[in-house]
Amino acid sequence: MFRWLPENISTFGHDIDGIMYLIYYVVGVWFLLAEGILIYFALRYRRRAGVAAAYAPAKTLRPMLWVLIPASLVLMCDLAIDAKGSPAWEKIKRDIPAHDCLVRVEARQFAWNFRHAGPDGVLDTADDVVTSGQLHVPVNKVVKFELVSKDVIHSFWAPNLRLKQDVVPGRAITGWFEPTRTGTFGIGCAELCGTGHGVMGATLIVQSQSDFDNWLKK
Amino acid sequence: MSVQAPAPPVEPVHESPSHHEPQTSGFFHFLRTYVFSVDHKMIGRQYLFTGLAMALVGGLLAYIIRHQLAYPGQAVLGHHPISADNYNAMITMHGTIMVFWVAMPILIGAFGNFLIPLMIGADDMAFPRLNMLSYWTFFLSTVVLVASFFVPGGAAASGWTAYPSLSVNGIPANQLGQALWVLAVALEFASMLIGGINYLTTPLNMRVAGMSLFRMPIFVWMQMAATLIFMLSVGPLIGGAVLLLFDVLFQTGVYLPDKGGDPLLWQHLFWFFGHPEVYVIFLPAIGIVGEIIPVFARKPLFGYKPIVYSTIVAGFLSFLVWAHHQFISGLDPRLAMPFSITTILISVPFAIVLFSMIATFWRGSIEFTTAMLFAIGMIAEFLVGGTTGIINGSAAADIYVHDTYYIVGHFHYTLFPAVFYGTFAGLYYWWPKMFGRRLDERLGKIHFWGTTLFFNMTFIPMLLMGIGGHQRRIFDPRVFTYTAPMHNLHLIATFGLYGLLLYQLPFVIAFVKGLVGKRTAERNPWNAATLEWHAPSPPGHGNFDQEFEVHRGPYEYSHPGSEKDFLPQWLPTTN
Repeated sequence: MFRWLPENISTFGHDIDGIMYLIYYVVGVWFLLAEGILIYFALRYRRRAGVAAAYAPAKTLRPMLWVLIPASLVLMCDLAIDAKGSPAWEKIKRDIPAHDCLVRVEARQFAWNFRHAGPDGVLDTADDVVTSGQLHVPVNKVVKFELVSKDVIHSFWAPNLRLKQDVVPGRAITGWFEPTRTGTFGIGCAELCGTGHGVMGATLIVQSQSDFDNWLKK
Repeated sequence: MSVQAPAPPVEPVHESPSHHEPQTSGFFHFLRTYVFSVDHKMIGRQYLFTGLAMALVGGLLAYIIRHQLAYPGQAVLGHHPISADNYNAMITMHGTIMVFWVAMPILIGAFGNFLIPLMIGADDMAFPRLNMLSYWTFFLSTVVLVASFFVPGGAAASGWTAYPSLSVNGIPANQLGQALWVLAVALEFASMLIGGINYLTTPLNMRVAGMSLFRMPIFVWMQMAATLIFMLSVGPLIGGAVLLLFDVLFQTGVYLPDKGGDPLLWQHLFWFFGHPEVYVIFLPAIGIVGEIIPVFARKPLFGYKPIVYSTIVAGFLSFLVWAHHQFISGLDPRLAMPFSITTILISVPFAIVLFSMIATFWRGSIEFTTAMLFAIGMIAEFLVGGTTGIINGSAAADIYVHDTYYIVGHFHYTLFPAVFYGTFAGLYYWWPKMFGRRLDERLGKIHFWGTTLFFNMTFIPMLLMGIGGHQRRIFDPRVFTYTAPMHNLHLIATFGLYGLLLYQLPFVIAFVKGLVGKRTAERNPWNAATLEWHAPSPPGHGNFDQEFEVHRGPYEYSHPGSEKDFLPQWLPTTN
């Protein structure tokens, strides 16, 4: 299944992939066991002449342990999964590190506009670079973004960054990412936003620091 | 209950107090018996037929959607290619119809109505006229919803979730369709609330002598739990929906930031109901499965009381998880971990229920009737749905899978087994009781295997697409660099859907055959122990034709103390 996962080019993407793999393996074992036992029982205990069914309603604790003990193990796996997931969530959505680069992502029906803070590092100044549909960022640097919507709810979605955040009108939602390699990657809208939801794409262009600086100055 | 002389067309053996017709034939008699009936069995059939008809509509929408995804821009069914607007309306109405106009009316309205009084030895529901009102309110809601396809601007196109601001003013000219959508859903909620009164009061007050609560079939417990969950969760959404309607019609701005409102408020009100709602759908289905497995394994249900208690715990927990649908919605990030924890904890009571169902097969004597095949299939497929849900429930992993096809695959692997395998299992099992005939078992086997093969072919690709990053509700997958390479998966899924729809034909044929011809089914063709099998097939008005009491629990199969293969609930104990 995970051969479909697109390349990860994000620092925190490793954490998310790690949790997905952990869940996949833990849950995979339970799934195979449960399905396997179900199908085994169904076949093994097909009706045979002269063989009566057992009378096993499990009205006492002892036979119920066959269900309660596995259920307790399920509970322990559940708690382990959440223990692993919690630090990752904190890192991605709550602790925004000091940033090297700042951009405002403006979502509207049906395009993404990006206002890159210029060399002064401040948004809404004369040296900002505004693009439509192309997000430029430097590699191996922390990019902080601010999401705003001009109309309805959209969602900023960059699969290779393992990054998704709804863009809600009336709010400015901040977040961050750090790309780990240069290249061109896809961006989409991940919240139904109307007629053009299906054409609301953009491109993420990760450049070397020098290429990015040159582009920003232009 | 006294035995009276039979009269056409069914045997009226008990005059319910609300039945005072002066004539026994003619137009008004036809209306009272078949249209405006207060008999729970007729009302159950009405819900069934309406729900199945709406399933055809929902299935047709699925066909159009999948055709567009596999062959973007090509004409569908001889019509012009569908536009992006049409596409959004279709996915909206597909989801809306399947949840509210198929799952609820069939699993609860049809099976609940038909079976609850029979299973507890009652002659009808506690409030038969309210029951009739519930169906006709539902019928009205269906008319309103179908009408919304034909108004200017078309049917609602903001998703079955109807998030503002999109649903309020984000789609030009869609306001009328959206308003009708809100009205239809509100009427459907009203009908389920009215019907729900009966599903709770009847088992609590009208059980026949000897039927204690823990001698009720598990199906009745599940219906009661589902009803209670529905009633407690739907209120905030009805309020929220009225406010949405005001926003759409009068621009009141409850959900619009420009007017001091908040779009996230709708999401909370919607999902506070929306999450418990999926258990409202699941519980009756697992109740059906829980009735069928003991009969065709000739074994008592394993862990009946723990299943009841686990269901109550799960029902309670279901009210505490809703924001897992909103992890990346702009919700305060501090709420993500609490909701991740409650969400993952719900897997424990459901594990107890599912493991107990599986344990019921151990050392059984299993007969693979069509009903049993669908019951096994329901559990087998639901296990995929349940396990794929764990990734979604972990907030950090959900950042990736939210609003992708992984979610679509997940919820189809939970809802389709519950709604369709559950319904088919129930129909193949209870058809003799409902209609006095059997559904063709050979057609049933073809129906089962075809459904299973093509259901998996349709939805496994979606799980893979989602892992690939393919977001939802996209009408042309060629547009995005990362979705275009997944076109083969779309082709497989579409081919799977064509097969899935085609393999419903054996069922349609069996269905029609099962409604015509002589009524040849015996009273208890499956040698089952629960009370509905003590009534004639089909039961007359008033249900039972003899007095009886309940002497034991509902699953006394292969009892070691007895030479008989099973001890029905109504059989007096000897000595």
